[in-house]
Amino acid sequence: MGGFPILSLMLLVPMIGALACLFVGAKSARMIALVATLIDLALGIVLWANFDIGGAQWQFVERAPLFSQFQWALGIDGIALMLIVLSVFLMPICILASWDSITTRVGEYMAAFLFMEVLMIGVFAAQDLFLFYIFFEAGLIPMYLIIGIWGGANRIYASYKFFLYTLLGSVLMLIAMFWMVNEAGTSDIPTLMAYDFPAGAQTWLWLAFFASFAVKMPMWPVHTWLPDAHVQAPTAGSVILAGVLLKMGGYGFIRFSLPMFPEASAQFVWLIWGLSMAAVVITSLIALVQHDMKKLIAYSSVAHMAIVTVGLFAFNVQGLEGAMIVMLSHGLVSGALFLCVGVIYDRLHTREIDRYGGLAINMPKYAIFFLLFTMASIGLPGTSGFVGEFLSLAGIYQANTWVAAVSTTGIILGAAYMLYLYWRVAFGVQRNADAAAMPDLNPREWVMLGSIAAAVLWMGVYPESFLAPMRKDIAALDARISRAAPESDSRLIIGQPTATPNEHAAHGGAH
Amino acid sequence: MDFSHSLSLTLPEILLAVSGMVLLLVGAWVGDKASKAITIVSCAVLAVCFALVAPSVCAPAMGADTVAFGGLFVADAFAGLAKLMIFAAAGAALVVAPAFFGRYATMRAEYPVLILFSTLGMAIMVSATDLMTLYIGLELQSLAAYVLAAFHRPDDRSAEAGLKYFVLGALASGILLFGMSLVYGFTGTTTFDGIRAALSGGLGTGALFGIVFVLAGLAFKISAVPFHMWTPDVYEGAPTPVTAFFASAPKVAAVALTARVALDAFGVQAAAWQQVVIFAALASIVVGALGAIGQGNIKRLLAYSSINNVGFILIGLATATPQGASAMLVYLAIYVAMTVGSFVAVLMLRNADGEAVESISDIAGLSRTKPLLALCIAALMFSLAGIPPLFGFWGKFVVFQAAVQADLVWLAAVGIAASVIGAFYYIKIVKVMYFDEPADVVHGRSDWAHWGLLAISTLLMSPLGYLLTRWLGELADGAAAALFLAA
Repeated sequence: MGGFPILSLMLLVPMIGALACLFVGAKSARMIALVATLIDLALGIVLWANFDIGGAQWQFVERAPLFSQFQWALGIDGIALMLIVLSVFLMPICILASWDSITTRVGEYMAAFLFMEVLMIGVFAAQDLFLFYIFFEAGLIPMYLIIGIWGGANRIYASYKFFLYTLLGSVLMLIAMFWMVNEAGTSDIPTLMAYDFPAGAQTWLWLAFFASFAVKMPMWPVHTWLPDAHVQAPTAGSVILAGVLLKMGGYGFIRFSLPMFPEASAQFVWLIWGLSMAAVVITSLIALVQHDMKKLIAYSSVAHMAIVTVGLFAFNVQGLEGAMIVMLSHGLVSGALFLCVGVIYDRLHTREIDRYGGLAINMPKYAIFFLLFTMASIGLPGTSGFVGEFLSLAGIYQANTWVAAVSTTGIILGAAYMLYLYWRVAFGVQRNADAAAMPDLNPREWVMLGSIAAAVLWMGVYPESFLAPMRKDIAALDARISRAAPESDSRLIIGQPTATPNEHAAHGGAH
Repeated sequence: MDFSHSLSLTLPEILLAVSGMVLLLVGAWVGDKASKAITIVSCAVLAVCFALVAPSVCAPAMGADTVAFGGLFVADAFAGLAKLMIFAAAGAALVVAPAFFGRYATMRAEYPVLILFSTLGMAIMVSATDLMTLYIGLELQSLAAYVLAAFHRPDDRSAEAGLKYFVLGALASGILLFGMSLVYGFTGTTTFDGIRAALSGGLGTGALFGIVFVLAGLAFKISAVPFHMWTPDVYEGAPTPVTAFFASAPKVAAVALTARVALDAFGVQAAAWQQVVIFAALASIVVGALGAIGQGNIKRLLAYSSINNVGFILIGLATATPQGASAMLVYLAIYVAMTVGSFVAVLMLRNADGEAVESISDIAGLSRTKPLLALCIAALMFSLAGIPPLFGFWGKFVVFQAAVQADLVWLAAVGIAASVIGAFYYIKIVKVMYFDEPADVVHGRSDWAHWGLLAISTLLMSPLGYLLTRWLGELADGAAAALFLAA
């Protein structure tokens, strides 16, 4: 693609749609939002089709010196491409998910979602540190409004918590960015990714970025905003929150923390590993005892994100690739699970697990989709979840066997809480007459769940399509961080016998 | 340096003074029915002054050519940029006044005249390069402001505000005068150049006391903590157009004056006052943020917000670098646009009888009864909180960047962490407007002047504002260069 500013166009389309939605009635707002997101999906597919795998690291680059101190610089590599494709894929589904369930202030709702889409694409495409920050931070405003206006009973508390938590996390990152730009003399992200900051300063910079990304991710113990925000957000809000917004934290680690501060990343690897292990075990156990379906899936998100951080900080190619696939897979699967919850919530208006039961009898199509996504969340081979979790855990096993062992319990616990959920909702006796009378999926819901199911299976059966664009970028990242990689415990044990062959020979002779 | 050159440099001030006096006479003879005409003429005068000052900012004026009356007065780019903001804010205060006072039939011919005199005082303040000029400008501005605070005679709170402002303002002037006399006593001169030259040899205890007292007096005028106590009462009691004026124009003048005194006159002894400014900055941010949380009156809330914002501006001053001074000016320009917009929005909140609505609980659910107004207020609130992509973020951006460049990383980190406290009450207003059930109190219609000002302010604060950053940055850099040329 020559000079055609496709990324700017992808930002412009939903922006115009958002402004238009503010001034029209409910019906046309829904239509405008759907059309705008579908155009962006089409543009996203064009983007993927035209992405030159194995070509230049940064493609579709645009630069315009519009502002003082920073510039309008966009461009993507394979990692950003995949996350952008994920965002534009989920957006039309979110609009469809809100088609009937949102009846008040539809124009504002659709505008908030389209604005959200602008910011998500902007975050992944920004090539200027400050431009990234603006997109990253601006997401607070639409999410605050979405949770606060259309959320459930405790929405005000949840919206405040979300806003202030993430804001506090981010502002310290801004100060770190000022320091970096002052030191390196540029706010260009590709240049900064190759800049070697002094090791002493890296520690502080890494911590400042960590403060922001850990909250966004979210990592235990700063994850507490997530269950509140999820439970209160409308279905589509949860899908976007789990599907894309959580990925901003992981993207931040892979784009900033690792390549810009490799030494500090290695220095704090115990912190990441420790928090991730704690998250996997603790949040999985919390998920096991939830009565609220959305809360359960929210806690499972925290556990999955911990697998992502473990993979990212394994300092090898498998770990990084696995982390990226877990992110993409979790974006699809948790989004789909929230949609599954939304489907039955729209019918019965409760998220209490006990109110349902035996849905497989009266909603067979629904039960099949729900089962598929449950299995994908557990990591059944053939689904996207398996590929990502396997690669991540294989990666961390090379770095630290103990972390790998603890993280793997997450899979077992994941199977426990997901199957337990599925059993209570879909199998067993039909406890309540109203739940038993619910109609099966309508065509709109079928399209939403079906398209995600196709993507989940595609990623599970042939992950190469998704790995290929990222391979070169991950190899480059691995080359950059390998100099700081922490010493591996597993390799040490393998190494011992070969180091003393004579001794073995001597023993053998004695026998 | 001949006399005509000095006169030409002070042309905007002369125009303001002469037209103020002429309009006062017109008002005295024709009476209050001329108030509308006088308001229009005053706006025109401010526009002419704006046009007169603009060239000195666009092509940064600095150096010996800008000094008038033998070093008493300077019309450089720094003063020019501050004056542009002052004239614009004063013009806004004139435009919104007739509708407000008209409701109570208390619009008087003196209002525009007092605004003009106050503006004249501010123009002299920002151009002052001598302690005498400084004091004359400050007192002219203050005396007009005391009367303006008490201008709304049907309301007891207005009289109370005027009295409080006068008593505390007089105290502050006393502190300032005491500091000035100490500075004069220990340096032997009142000109900023002379003071700087005298201080460059070293700082005696007496001069240090002088500096601290001068800064304390000025801190009162910019309502920095711990001299902020008058602000909420005065802002609440004064009629809203006057509050809008107080929160914008005099703030610019006092901040610009403080910057010139600190960076020019006391510039060589920056280490002596930096700690004071850093303390005032952080204290203002924290107190302004915490104080606002419990407020139920939107004008009181905006008063605490202005204290909070002064804290951020002072972080720019605390750096004592040209970048810091430039950042201050950028922040001030954005702050003025945001503040004027916020108060115009408050003026547009009226109940069915046309009475002003000031209670935050009364704007509940505004997004459903008046969506456009609610959207503008929400944008301004997020902007005041410094959340990107709104333009208010840019002010904080440049200020904290200057602090980091000046190696004050800890100050930037503490300041920005404290700004999160402030975000709480701004988003609370958004919450009340968007999340709560409609109280259905706000009904009144507003004229095109209010809508126009609000639209300009909101558009500037929208992401489109970032397109101005280069231009704004160049102007502010030029102005800061003019200030540091002398220093």
